[in-house]
Amino acid sequence: MSALLRSGWEWFIAQRWLMMVFLIIGFVLAFAIPEYNLLNKYVQLVMMYVGINIILTVSLNLVNGYMGEFSLAHAGFMAVGAYTAALLTQKVLPIAAHPWLFPLAVLMGGLVAAVLGLIVAVPSFKVRGDYLAIITLAFLMIVKSVIENIDYIGGPRGIPGIKKLTTLPWVFFWVVVTVWVVRNFVYSKYGRGVLSIREDEIASDLMSVNTRRVKFMAFMVSSFFAGIAGGLFAHLLQFISPRVFDIIKTTDVLIMVYLGGIASIGGSILGATAYTVLLELLRPSTVAAMLAWLPAMVFDPLNEYVISHLGVWRMVIMPLLLVLVMLYWPRGIMGLREFRWFVPKRDMEAHHCLNKPTGGSHDAADGR
Amino acid sequence: MTLLTAVKVKHYFGGLCAVSDFNLQLHYGDLMGIIGPNGAGKTTIFNLITGVYRASEGSIRLRNTELVGKTPHQITALRVGRTFQNIRLFRDLSVLDNVRIAHYAQADYSPLEALLHIGRYRREEQRIIENSQRLLAIFKLEHLAGETAKNLPYGLQRRLEIARALAIGPELLLLDEPAAGMNPNEIDLLMEFIQWIRTEFKLTILLIEHQMKLVMGICERITVLDFGETLVEGPPEVIQNHPKVLEAYLGEGPVG
Amino acid sequence: MSESIVYWLQQTLNALQLGSIYALIALGYTMVYGILTMINFAHGDVFMVGAFFCFIAAVYLGLPFLPTLLLTMAGAALLGVLIERLAYKPLRNAPRVSAIITALGLGLFLENFTLALAPYPKHIPALLENVTWDLGGVSVSSLQIIIICLSLGLMFLLDYVVHRTPVGMAMRAISWDKTFVPLMGVPVDLIISVTFAIGAGLAGAAGTMYALAYPVIDPYMGIMVGWKAFISAVVGGIGNIRGAMIGAFILGGVEIMVTAFFPSTYRDFVAFSLLLLLIVIRPYGILGKPRTQKV
Repeated sequence: MSALLRSGWEWFIAQRWLMMVFLIIGFVLAFAIPEYNLLNKYVQLVMMYVGINIILTVSLNLVNGYMGEFSLAHAGFMAVGAYTAALLTQKVLPIAAHPWLFPLAVLMGGLVAAVLGLIVAVPSFKVRGDYLAIITLAFLMIVKSVIENIDYIGGPRGIPGIKKLTTLPWVFFWVVVTVWVVRNFVYSKYGRGVLSIREDEIASDLMSVNTRRVKFMAFMVSSFFAGIAGGLFAHLLQFISPRVFDIIKTTDVLIMVYLGGIASIGGSILGATAYTVLLELLRPSTVAAMLAWLPAMVFDPLNEYVISHLGVWRMVIMPLLLVLVMLYWPRGIMGLREFRWFVPKRDMEAHHCLNKPTGGSHDAADGR
Repeated sequence: MTLLTAVKVKHYFGGLCAVSDFNLQLHYGDLMGIIGPNGAGKTTIFNLITGVYRASEGSIRLRNTELVGKTPHQITALRVGRTFQNIRLFRDLSVLDNVRIAHYAQADYSPLEALLHIGRYRREEQRIIENSQRLLAIFKLEHLAGETAKNLPYGLQRRLEIARALAIGPELLLLDEPAAGMNPNEIDLLMEFIQWIRTEFKLTILLIEHQMKLVMGICERITVLDFGETLVEGPPEVIQNHPKVLEAYLGEGPVG
Repeated sequence: MSESIVYWLQQTLNALQLGSIYALIALGYTMVYGILTMINFAHGDVFMVGAFFCFIAAVYLGLPFLPTLLLTMAGAALLGVLIERLAYKPLRNAPRVSAIITALGLGLFLENFTLALAPYPKHIPALLENVTWDLGGVSVSSLQIIIICLSLGLMFLLDYVVHRTPVGMAMRAISWDKTFVPLMGVPVDLIISVTFAIGAGLAGAAGTMYALAYPVIDPYMGIMVGWKAFISAVVGGIGNIRGAMIGAFILGGVEIMVTAFFPSTYRDFVAFSLLLLLIVIRPYGILGKPRTQKV
């Protein structure tokens, strides 16, 4: 039975054209679901959060997974993108034209974040590891502090009442763009440069890799998409403040990256989806709904104390899960392996590994 | 014709003088050896040539370009390849990728073309793969293209490192103790191999080695280094019996 | 005395108080880094749990100051060892990032676990009678004196242990070399556990003192204080014990001075900018030594 499943999976995974089919189905669904209310509003909301988290995770994986640096600045880039986009839609761009100017605002958020990404890349020329972690943390704190001290953008109170412009099709669009661009980057000379920096920076330099340029690019691409995610996030949550983009936000993304697996786009998608959905499943209301069949003596859904505690305990379980993953899969579930559809055909064939999974970053692995 | 000239190169680590007066002239097609006792500054010389360290004083010129002050990747792009004393492969990457990475400087496409996989990207990637596979085939590693580098046995890792250095398309190849950890049989094979790649790839080779058999066997000229200073330079026969060399290697007796 | 001198003295005293708390926590970061070259990101939360231990001992057990302090230190030390044995030890040969992530995860776990058990901020009763003296305009409280003296005492004790005892010698040996030191009969696992115990114990002491000085505690209090302590360790040169103390007093001083002259929202901005500046000028901290990589 399992052999049958396995060969079935092998066949399925070899049909690369299916990717296009899924992509088209995905786009159609992204338009159809909100239009015809195929799923309830809550599920739609969760889907959008999953999408935004995928963008964040894939982009952070570029720096923390592929390049092997340890950046904590991701929430900072996200904040910059969110504030830029929100200011544009709230104060600058003509309100009536919003729906069409929204992607432009998001794009601008990404670009501003990318410019800041360049600045953060500079210290990475000299320091690595723990010291870079601190520098990026300091960057995050400074971004937060600066926002808190500018009254024009609401200071510590933030910007309330942002228009809800983020829709399912837009999220889907940006997820596809992120995955496609990051995947393209990874499978180019620059991407291989990024990998070689993780392995041995000096040797990489001595093998003609322009490590500075590669680092610039990695940080830029990574922070650009963090900014994009921030813009989408702001127009979904409809309220942003410096507190939203805390170190805890970065930690969330870190968990998704390392849960899914370092240096793996497939892993990041898996990690972001699993983490977001699991958190939602463990939300008090959903758990209460799932346990509603129990007799009231065992579980009383009207008992507020019990309900409020369900929410806290999920926050206890999630980090514990992360620690367990680290103990048993130190590189994450799909660490250093890639879902085959994301590996360019040329690379797959060159590695002679159309059928058997092997080691290395361009590995063909299946998503199990 | 001269390929590499080093004149009065000095290098200090803090106050410690690692290289005090190094001179070298390497012609196209030369196969030269650097020998010297441990700590004589041999690997430092390689690091100075390839730009890992910046020489404190003196000049190193490749063809007509001054190398002092250039970064390693700039120097490497001038077609200088090297290997390392203790193997430094990209351990978690595939064998093929190890070789492909060294094509960085030759891959002629822009960041935008890379991000969108358009334009010259496809052609260049195809070329890089073909060249990498050609190199792997020469080194009898082609069936291991998808294998993770760290899983190769030691001997193959050494071979892969040379293949990777050749992927740069070097005119000058620096080999840092290529025979380390090899038995006499393997050394014989290695000697043949070095001779062969030298003609096949039209290389100028500078190598550091402790195995006198290899150095005396294949090098046309040898530089003896002691305390960061060029002691003697000449053909193997001269070096073998030179009183200064015997003194530096005191206790090891006549070599060869 | 002139008013400005009084003001400066007052602020210096406040800086010393804040600095000594940072220092006690920074020592834990720096000791663990020294011996394992790993940043124990859960350390700030060990400090937080220490404050809660203090709350338990003071309120539920009704203990006076000294037993509370000792119990808190012992509890925190035990927690530190537990974390090391269960979470870090299995990862000693794994990629370093996994250890960092595990530490972050453990930190979150400690925060949320505490939150689940204690959903509301807790108020710590005054364990010591607080007397305030007026010395020529500078008001000095007995609590401040106790905090500063106790911290300095613990630091000197630690410095003595690390530099003058066999255990300290073993610690320093392991931080130099992890391959050959075990071959010389040094019980590496034990020494690492001892290091964690001492570091966590000091964080527990810091928790107690923090709780006495700023008596409302909550599960997230460890995050910011932890990061600040970590900055202190880096400013001083991470891995260097005396450096951590110096760094902590510098950071405490800077923070107090910033809040004295600017709106308090500028505090973190200045603290972190200072950190960036220092890393640019002196990447290896005040007392740290640059490590070179051999090619």
